[in-house]
Amino acid sequence: MAKLLMKGAEAIGEAAIAADCRLFFGYPITPQNEIPEYMSLRLPQVGGTFVQAESEVAASNMLYGAGGSGARVFTSSSSPGISLMMEALSYLAGAEVPVVIVNIMRAGPGLGGILPAQADYFQATKGGGHGDYRCIVLAPWSVQDAADLIMDAFDLADFYRNPVLMIGDALIAQMMEPVEIREGRKPCKPLAPKDWATTGNKGRKPNIINSLILDPEDLERHNRRLKAKFDSMERDEVRWASYNTDGDYDILIAAYGTPARVCLTAVNELKEKGVNVGLFRPITLWPFPYAPLREKAKKAKAVLTVELSTGQMVEDVRTAVCEDLPVHFYGRQGGILVTPDEVVEQVTALLGGARPKGARKGGKA
Amino acid sequence: MSELTVFKRPEALLPVTMHYCPGCTHGISHRLVAEALDELGLRERTVGVAPVGCSVLAYDYFNCDFHEASHGRAPAVATGIKRARPDLIVFTYQGDGDLASIGMAEIVHAANRGEKITVIFVNNAIYGMTGGQMAPTTMPGQVATTCPLGRDTNLAGFPIRMAELLSALVTPAFIARGSLHSPLEVVKTKALIKRAFQYQREGTCFSLVECLSTCPTNWGITPTDSLKWLEENMLPYYPLGIKKTPEGKEA
Repeated sequence: MAKLLMKGAEAIGEAAIAADCRLFFGYPITPQNEIPEYMSLRLPQVGGTFVQAESEVAASNMLYGAGGSGARVFTSSSSPGISLMMEALSYLAGAEVPVVIVNIMRAGPGLGGILPAQADYFQATKGGGHGDYRCIVLAPWSVQDAADLIMDAFDLADFYRNPVLMIGDALIAQMMEPVEIREGRKPCKPLAPKDWATTGNKGRKPNIINSLILDPEDLERHNRRLKAKFDSMERDEVRWASYNTDGDYDILIAAYGTPARVCLTAVNELKEKGVNVGLFRPITLWPFPYAPLREKAKKAKAVLTVELSTGQMVEDVRTAVCEDLPVHFYGRQGGILVTPDEVVEQVTALLGGARPKGARKGGKA
Repeated sequence: MSELTVFKRPEALLPVTMHYCPGCTHGISHRLVAEALDELGLRERTVGVAPVGCSVLAYDYFNCDFHEASHGRAPAVATGIKRARPDLIVFTYQGDGDLASIGMAEIVHAANRGEKITVIFVNNAIYGMTGGQMAPTTMPGQVATTCPLGRDTNLAGFPIRMAELLSALVTPAFIARGSLHSPLEVVKTKALIKRAFQYQREGTCFSLVECLSTCPTNWGITPTDSLKWLEENMLPYYPLGIKKTPEGKEA
């Protein structure tokens, strides 16, 4: 398929269809409305079904029904709506129902604002819903990346029988870029028949989609089996990318999503000035690429984490590099993007030894 | 001499012992659903959705595929199943707390979208599993653990008549209320449930049968007194009968 100029939201929808998803349940919320709008037009054209749910609570439980009956299904929402889906997310993980949920993050907390933010990192990677569960969390940094990752998200969900999240700041859905939808691509995981799904029990025992296990011994066994599954995700599904890390560098920047692209611009600008700075971009926020980040940080004297939050991923960055070197943080909030100039300023100040204006110092002093 | 079987366990019920309290009518409503599925030949393509409440373990009793939903969300879960697999027969089985309180939004909108599902609504005027708290359908003056002096309508309002409330919507096809307090009403309720599944089999949209039921344990009276209490107190407030049919639908 040739490259098309598409809005991120539409590319996500079209890529989901190319990944054989024919069902979408969602509720309007800015800044992701273009996804349900696109699906409401496109799904009937390809024999699929779009339902505008009465709430995000209902939408996420429609996913539970559809995913449990064996269909590929996804929803999208934005931060406050995702909060409403956290109950269902816990049930989906507990009952092992594969679905894909896209969070186009806006600024919070509360109703917050409608502009880009990354302040739902904790919610996505550390739980959000109740109980012991984990979800693979994919973080695209371009429209192409979003289209590619959502296709993989369906395969990962089916392979692990677990919900998969894709989280992007508002820009990922709102900007237009050239994109190629990988029609007919090979699944990223081997896919088994869904013999566990509720399809009518002709000739077999009933299939039950359920997370209620009242016997404590049974529930502990269930939790340990889930944990083993999450451990295998941590072992096999870590994704990351690095830029300008072949040579020497004193500073390694860690960033994901749109801020990572802003940082890459800063890295290139600094390179022109003869200053080498590395960039590390986690693509899976969970499982977080702790070991690769620690490896890449070995050459550096300090790490600078850049986020559209007051500092969430930075905690995982600190965990990754342990006490080896200081971890600094620079972030914007409220829907304001970081600029390449700001990143250059932060790096320059760090190299000069001074604490950059507006930066919080962390890690080992 | 040949033997004639006049009564047996429906195929749609598993040969297991139910956990329900003595005198509880859930066993009856389970059986009515199972008989309807058997008689219509639907069991092997049916998916049920269990609620949170006393019937949370319904999936252990029915011989068909099942989803256990979170509290109140059964109609949304059923929507997902039916939209994914329109060839399946999908029903929810919900109590009054699940359907009329926490799940009010889901039931109203599933009904209003005209989801091609069947809802079995068990109204026993109390929260059973959590130990007898006030439900949206608790009768005025009825004692519950969260209204120990009786339901005060000045503070808690009047009980919600779900069948009538949903009948006010244009979309739903079939809405009826039966009762399980006497053999005659059980037989009549069975006919309502069977008719609801027939409509779904024909592709007719949303059907709901409310079943007035008893909870001797949390009402604090004997099973036989419970049947009498239902008849004397609930029947006048919750009139039985068919509230809406697809034939009588007006836009």
